[in-house]
Amino acid sequence: MWSEHLDVVNVGLAGFGDNIRHAGGSVTTLDWRPPAEGDPAAALALARLVRHPEVERANQVAFERYLSAQPVLTDVAPAGEAIPGMAGERLILHSGPPIAWERMAGPVKGAIAGAIVFEGWAPDPERAAELAASGAVSFSPAHHYGAVGPMAGVISPSMPVWVVRDATSGNLAYSNFNEGLGKVLRFGANGPEVLDRLKWMGDELAGALRPAVRRLDGLELKPLIGQALHMGDEVHNRNAAATGLLLKRLLPALIATEPANAVLRRAAEFITGNDHFFLNVSMAACKAMLDAAAGVPHSSMVTAMARNGVNFGIRVSGTGDRWFQAPANPVDGLFFPGYGVADAAPDLGDSAITETAGLGGFAMAASPAIVKFVGGTPADATAHSRRMREITIGSNPVFTLPALDFGASAAGIDVRAVADTGIQPVINTGIAHREAGVGQIGAGVTTAPLPCFTQAVSALAEGLAAGEVA
Amino acid sequence: MISIREHRIYPNRYQDSVALMALSAALAKLPGIQTASVVMGTGTNLDNLREAGLGEVDAGPGDLVVAVLGEEQAVARALELAEELLAEQSPGDAGTGTVAARQLRSLRQAVEENPAHNLALISVPGAYAAAEALKALRLGLNVMIFSDNVPLDQEIEIKRFAEEQDLLVMGPDCGTAIVNGLPLGFANVVRRGRIGVVGASGTGMQEITCRVHQLGEGISQALGTGGHDLSAQVGAVSMLRGLRALAADEATDVIVLVSKPPAETVAKSVIEEARTLDVPVVICFLGADPAAFGGDTPGVHFATTLAGSADAAVALARGEARPEDRAVALTGGETQPGDPVVALAQGQDRAGEPYFDRVRFAPAQRYLRGVLTGGTFCYETQLLARAAGIQAASNTPVAGNSALGDVGTSTGHTILDLGDDAFTQGRPHPMIDPAPRDERLLAEADDPATAVVLFDVVLGYGAADDPISGLLDAIGQAKARAEREGRALAFVGHVCGTDDDPQDRSAVVARLREAGALVAENNAQAAVIAARMIP
Repeated sequence: MWSEHLDVVNVGLAGFGDNIRHAGGSVTTLDWRPPAEGDPAAALALARLVRHPEVERANQVAFERYLSAQPVLTDVAPAGEAIPGMAGERLILHSGPPIAWERMAGPVKGAIAGAIVFEGWAPDPERAAELAASGAVSFSPAHHYGAVGPMAGVISPSMPVWVVRDATSGNLAYSNFNEGLGKVLRFGANGPEVLDRLKWMGDELAGALRPAVRRLDGLELKPLIGQALHMGDEVHNRNAAATGLLLKRLLPALIATEPANAVLRRAAEFITGNDHFFLNVSMAACKAMLDAAAGVPHSSMVTAMARNGVNFGIRVSGTGDRWFQAPANPVDGLFFPGYGVADAAPDLGDSAITETAGLGGFAMAASPAIVKFVGGTPADATAHSRRMREITIGSNPVFTLPALDFGASAAGIDVRAVADTGIQPVINTGIAHREAGVGQIGAGVTTAPLPCFTQAVSALAEGLAAGEVA
Repeated sequence: MISIREHRIYPNRYQDSVALMALSAALAKLPGIQTASVVMGTGTNLDNLREAGLGEVDAGPGDLVVAVLGEEQAVARALELAEELLAEQSPGDAGTGTVAARQLRSLRQAVEENPAHNLALISVPGAYAAAEALKALRLGLNVMIFSDNVPLDQEIEIKRFAEEQDLLVMGPDCGTAIVNGLPLGFANVVRRGRIGVVGASGTGMQEITCRVHQLGEGISQALGTGGHDLSAQVGAVSMLRGLRALAADEATDVIVLVSKPPAETVAKSVIEEARTLDVPVVICFLGADPAAFGGDTPGVHFATTLAGSADAAVALARGEARPEDRAVALTGGETQPGDPVVALAQGQDRAGEPYFDRVRFAPAQRYLRGVLTGGTFCYETQLLARAAGIQAASNTPVAGNSALGDVGTSTGHTILDLGDDAFTQGRPHPMIDPAPRDERLLAEADDPATAVVLFDVVLGYGAADDPISGLLDAIGQAKARAEREGRALAFVGHVCGTDDDPQDRSAVVARLREAGALVAENNAQAAVIAARMIP
């Protein structure tokens, strides 16, 4: 040590750093704050995980699996047919971590009631709600079935889903169809026009898209997403380019299946009229990539972030199926005319799977068109993407960001880094009205709450300690 | 005027304790404010706010809380001022449109950014210090932990892990170190040289390194171990490691070890290790009897004062005979003509009479009152005063002295460590902000039973930029009052520092002497002079 040049990291009193500099030394003073939300026991647990060889090895494995996943769009099918365990069950999937009917947010209850009517289990939303409360219908997070859905994320057996297969692992992931904006089920609306549209989507649209998608014989989604990033999407709050790219691939296949002209016209109108049409495909692709990374013992990589309208939950590769939950953070957003913060429902939906995979808020630099959500300038957007690099295991070379000199987007959130720095994953999100059925009232940015990450760190530490004893 | 109380919570906002105390002080100074407190929202701090009448605050440990009590308009002004000052101190918030520099919040980030980092200096609150130290070690850094109040089991975990990783840990509760010539924590500007120091006592190390510098030699490395390293539980892990590291260092010719008395088994293991080395070692275990450890051998030399150990180390480095420790000799013996202590005292006295024979105390003036900022200075002073027959009370009593019931009120001979927890809860150490020392000094001087007031001034990096303006005012006021009341007061002190320190020791000493204080060369000398002046 004596022969080396002393290079100090100053953690704490800034004056000590100034003194070292004044005396001619090299010093970096940290912008320190208490880690792990200021809980000393969790801070110590976290410290024991820093550079832990088991965790580092596990993260390498998990991150490598995430990188090498090859999500491919393979099919369109009714959920009950596609998703194992759903067929013949009175089961409804919803977004976020598990939650009982009584505690569910307004938009989620509205969506579930709509789905029950859609399935024909009850004649109207009122009686559907009674049925839901009676316990005669089961509810589960979509994540538990390999599925994801935006906002309420409600998927019932008759609804069509996208089927995405990870060509590397063979895992399947699913997402429902995007209904567009306005009065839609995912925001809790369940009137006749909503249910009629769902019925049309399930029958005609899915019926037309199914042979078309199959005809594509596996549409590789990573290159499509990578291309959309170069066209101004971050593939969460902006999917205009990706929807166009999808349509460009789908349309010839669709025409080749020779549907009736009216069917073709309605399908084309619906898809071209909804800039978010690709969002659900993007989400299923992200789910497939992250499920590939799940279940690596001791890995601190986040494999899901999702909200049920009450709580925000995360899952971590090394802690299996556990959810680490905390109340969702408020959304810093812009509202449509006539609406404000008081109207907003708590943050909702599985769509933060895109951020988990290195897209959305993490790829904000790609999307100058929506920078007004993050401060207003492209520099603010690039700052978001840069900051996320502080909390990830690495970055995804397939998802490159032109504004960062085509640097790779940060990916593979490390719960240790979040708990240590207090830098919360940034999430682009839509804002739902807190009452069922009003719909989207704004959009903005929120963050994943720190307690989820602190809990996960403690759980990983316990797991390692138990492993060391055994 | 009706008082109101209000508070603001800044979520997820951290400021270090020094910055918080500076903010609190700035708000409290505003006219119309009775109490103001800016703290992190930990459980203890929230309890303190409640006790201070600042109300119930619901905040988390990561939140910054500004709480004020005072007149309505003043409270509004204070909250505004807090907002402004906090905005100034927020480097993270770059303006819209600018590309902010990378925010380094964690050790991992710092090491990724610059892998050349090789030491972490940790001064975060004690509850988090062990975690930061462990991270630093896991990232391959040596560590100095300035923070105190680190649980002992965590200190043991850290030190064991550091041994496995072959890394050095200084602290917890390590106030000072000089590594490769750089000051870490509280440290003085001393020349580089051939004497290495390993110490469990912060001001003790400062005293030794400064005296080595004053005698014309220099310091190779000064390594702190923290105050608990020589306990039986920790077993001197850091001191033994430091000792071996300095023995292997080609630039180090002599090693000085300094500590309050270690646990006996630990002391023995350290001395045994020292006796195996080729490098001569001077050992100063304050208050321990060298005879109990077998006394001096050719390689190991015991010293009983801080200054004496520096003198011994310098003599060894120069191959000269070791001088007698005059402070020790004087605690019992007669003064001799030409004695440095007497000469110093005479230098103070324009009439040519030794200072400590000249002050004419009133009959009621019988006591020594020590207001010390250095913990080891308090300890050494008590030991030397005991040897000179003075039994004192203290908030940190040595064996044979008594514990002060109420630390706010001195009785009889009293020697205080003002840097002790009893005085520093929620306020800066008196080396950083000497105002509480100056107040206490004035209070002691106003006591008609006080004869001699003993003080220290610590200079160097980390210490107050202007450590004595308040002190000089206090001495001036005290003297004027005493004179009016027909009392004579003696002020005896010493200045721990060097002429190269930012505060310049010579200038500080000159100002103190001008104010009529007797300034000794070192703490031991000051203690002995003060003790001998007691009528």
